[in-house]
Amino acid sequence: MGQKEIAGKTVSVNEEGYLTIHEEWNKEIAAAIAVEEGIGELKEGHWKVIEFLQKEFKENGTVPSLRRVTKAGGVPTKDLYAFFPGGPLKKSSKIAGLLKPASCV
Amino acid sequence: MAETKDAIKKISLVCSKGSLDGIYPALIMANGARMEGIEVSIFFTFFGMDAITKKKMNKIKIATVGNPGMGMPTWLGAIPGMSAMATWMMGKTMDKLDIPPIPEFIEMIHDAGGKLYACKATVDMFGLTMDDFCPQVEKVLTVGDFYELSAGAEIIFT
Repeated sequence: MGQKEIAGKTVSVNEEGYLTIHEEWNKEIAAAIAVEEGIGELKEGHWKVIEFLQKEFKENGTVPSLRRVTKAGGVPTKDLYAFFPGGPLKKSSKIAGLLKPASCV
Repeated sequence: MAETKDAIKKISLVCSKGSLDGIYPALIMANGARMEGIEVSIFFTFFGMDAITKKKMNKIKIATVGNPGMGMPTWLGAIPGMSAMATWMMGKTMDKLDIPPIPEFIEMIHDAGGKLYACKATVDMFGLTMDDFCPQVEKVLTVGDFYELSAGAEIIFT
């Protein structure tokens, strides 16, 4: 656990860089983490995933599985990997200011 | 996970066993690897090939006979319908955990960029052709081809 300055704001993060207090998240922070994770500029497709993750997290207290993002969130598997190469669920959760996903699928 | 020098970059899985409990471990590990950005190939061989065979992939059941892990006496496991029922019950639980049925899982891994291959020796032995496989299968490989494309990969046998 520690503090980190992202997009001009000091936020609490864990050792892997995930925000530990979701209320500290904002869109500028998301954009900065996206650049750091090699995703680049966030576009409409990215935001659809990020917003779905946040909605699910609010309702269930956990990050949904990737399959749920596909089925209930309506984002095809191929798109998820294209939007967030190198770790679709991990990277999108981090950008969304949520905890690291804890499911195996 | 933080980027380290030792991070796994590429894996090749050998899926050699049929039945639900034989096939799922390979699929879960393959999908999980893609989710971590790891390059994945799965080489299906012997009865593991049922997972990619059009006529069989929808009907794969858990083995209730000769499966000590089930904790079920052989006579009970042999009752007609027992395997189907155990499969159905497990399927319900897996669906809750968002573990997809085998055909959907195959599609998911393929769409995630995982490469699926069939084993030439088994194809020849069972008299199969590419037409017998689901469209997600890349091609039929010899063992030599498999090792060649696994250069730099960790090979995992299931």
